[in-house]
Amino acid sequence: MADGTVAPVDGAQAMGRSGGKTSLQRFAQRRSTMGFLLCLPLLVLVACFVVYPAFYAIYLSMLNKKMTAFVGLGNFQFLLKRSTFQLVIFQSCLFAVTAVVLKALIGFALAHLMHNIPGKHQRIWRGLLLVPWVIPLALSTLTWWWMFDPSYSAFNWVLNQFGFDNVPWLGVGWIARFCTIAVNVWYGTPFFMIMYLAALKSVPEQLYEAASIDGANAVQKLFFVTLPMMRNIISITVLFSLIVTFADFDIVRILTSGGPQDMTHVFATYAFQVGIQSGDIPLGAADSLFMFPILAFAAFFVLRGVTKRTKEIAA
Amino acid sequence: MSATATLHKPNSLHRQRLWALWGSYIALGVFVIMFLVPPFYTLMTSLKSSTEISAQEGSPWIVHHPTLENFWYLITNANFQTFYLNSIIVTVLTVAVSMVISVLAAFSLSRMGFWGSQTLSTGVFLTYLVPPSLLFIPLFQIIGGLGLINNFWCLVLLYPTLAVPFCTWIMIGYFSSIPKELDEAALIDGAGYLQMLWKIFIPVAMPGIIAATIFAFTVSWGAFLYPLAYLYTSNQMVLTVGIISDLIRGDVFQWGKIMAGCLLASLPPIVIYAFLMDYYVAGLTAGATKG
Repeated sequence: MADGTVAPVDGAQAMGRSGGKTSLQRFAQRRSTMGFLLCLPLLVLVACFVVYPAFYAIYLSMLNKKMTAFVGLGNFQFLLKRSTFQLVIFQSCLFAVTAVVLKALIGFALAHLMHNIPGKHQRIWRGLLLVPWVIPLALSTLTWWWMFDPSYSAFNWVLNQFGFDNVPWLGVGWIARFCTIAVNVWYGTPFFMIMYLAALKSVPEQLYEAASIDGANAVQKLFFVTLPMMRNIISITVLFSLIVTFADFDIVRILTSGGPQDMTHVFATYAFQVGIQSGDIPLGAADSLFMFPILAFAAFFVLRGVTKRTKEIAA
Repeated sequence: MSATATLHKPNSLHRQRLWALWGSYIALGVFVIMFLVPPFYTLMTSLKSSTEISAQEGSPWIVHHPTLENFWYLITNANFQTFYLNSIIVTVLTVAVSMVISVLAAFSLSRMGFWGSQTLSTGVFLTYLVPPSLLFIPLFQIIGGLGLINNFWCLVLLYPTLAVPFCTWIMIGYFSSIPKELDEAALIDGAGYLQMLWKIFIPVAMPGIIAATIFAFTVSWGAFLYPLAYLYTSNQMVLTVGIISDLIRGDVFQWGKIMAGCLLASLPPIVIYAFLMDYYVAGLTAGATKG
């Protein structure tokens, strides 16, 4: 698996070298023209629907609501002063960080449990544990919504059986925040489990044997063998997950639509409400752009991690 | 974890290891139950009649009078059929377009060096890190400019942007693992590049193609934000938004039908996953999917 992640960069480098060594110049030229032509559909797609919209978003975010006048950074200033938006920033960070940490921890525990049981049984367990990840998120969130239903919900019924009162799951700010995080953890944990399981399998058995001979106990093996060997996978998985969790839309939109009192809004749902529903496109664009720094930050470290690993493997 | 060393030699299992093994099974069982609660509850609710749901009596976790009326209602409902058909059209086209674009690009990026091809590989990876919720507002304007608002063809244009970067990325990985000798042999035999791609690369990298196809399928079948933002009439909607907008009218939630709809809509991914789980997992781990 480790090899899979890094192979593209590796391949691109290897290709550059062998191309220069072995082929005639004209052949190489024809080859590179052909190569460019084959990449053209990809380039057109990315240019039209990723790069252009990205710059267009910056332009849009600097217009007034009717998109008639240029207001500079006015929209950004306006958003930052607004208390709803301050809640959005707080909730987005809380949502992403809590959910990713929980997913990483539970996924790690699950991967270890899976690694404990004999390989021939792993398939069926893995199959069952991956189900949350397979069901389209928008659809499974609907079920969660139904289970959180205040009047006759699955969870409240169970609580009642044990003599507790009904809990207004999605009606009270902090409980609703907890619910959105819980659904995200439920959905994303299988992904961490699969990644970690693959990483665990790639740790050489001899390292554990050597550690045993040196008298290491289970905790020491975890901290001095397993974790250092999995460091790269863990960091890349966490960063990947941070990006998607931070940009999550489906869960919050369906469960709470941002309520109660805008306490569960994240950047994406707030941008949707402001930009699409209320029709203030520039403000919505400015709102989504606030995601950019954290995404760029995560992307930078993901890329650095991938490149570093490539070099380690090449060396 | 400490049990792993001895697992390959079952006769040397100590009592302690056995405990660890059973402990693992029990803990995994608890997690499986927790993970499968929502799908189970979906199934239970989908089998209930509206009267049973509104009666609010007894345990909501079990069906007292199972009925298929919700499923029957949806299967014969013209709107739901439209959603399903739209989802299928959009998904099939997205998968086809994405796979053609990404296989060609991956072939080129893994084998043919041209000016800037390395930068492009990195660029593809970066594009993959761009989430849909970052760009949906400018895209709303762009789609509007193209006259494709409330037209499901806009999804065929937009979904490939979500699928292509990752598919290209894992295909580059699979193509790079093919030995160079194979293409040299093909070139000596007089094969052109496209012939080489078609006769050698695609067959050899079939597992990668399947994994990428599954990914593209999953993305376009389950995407929610774009259809929610760009489609607003029933005849254009796809399943993910159609179920929500059609079965929720104001404060009336037809939960039995909603859950049956969820189940029917989740069926294709689940079936594909049940049969191709290994490819699915390979794809997941090969390129480090976002999650």
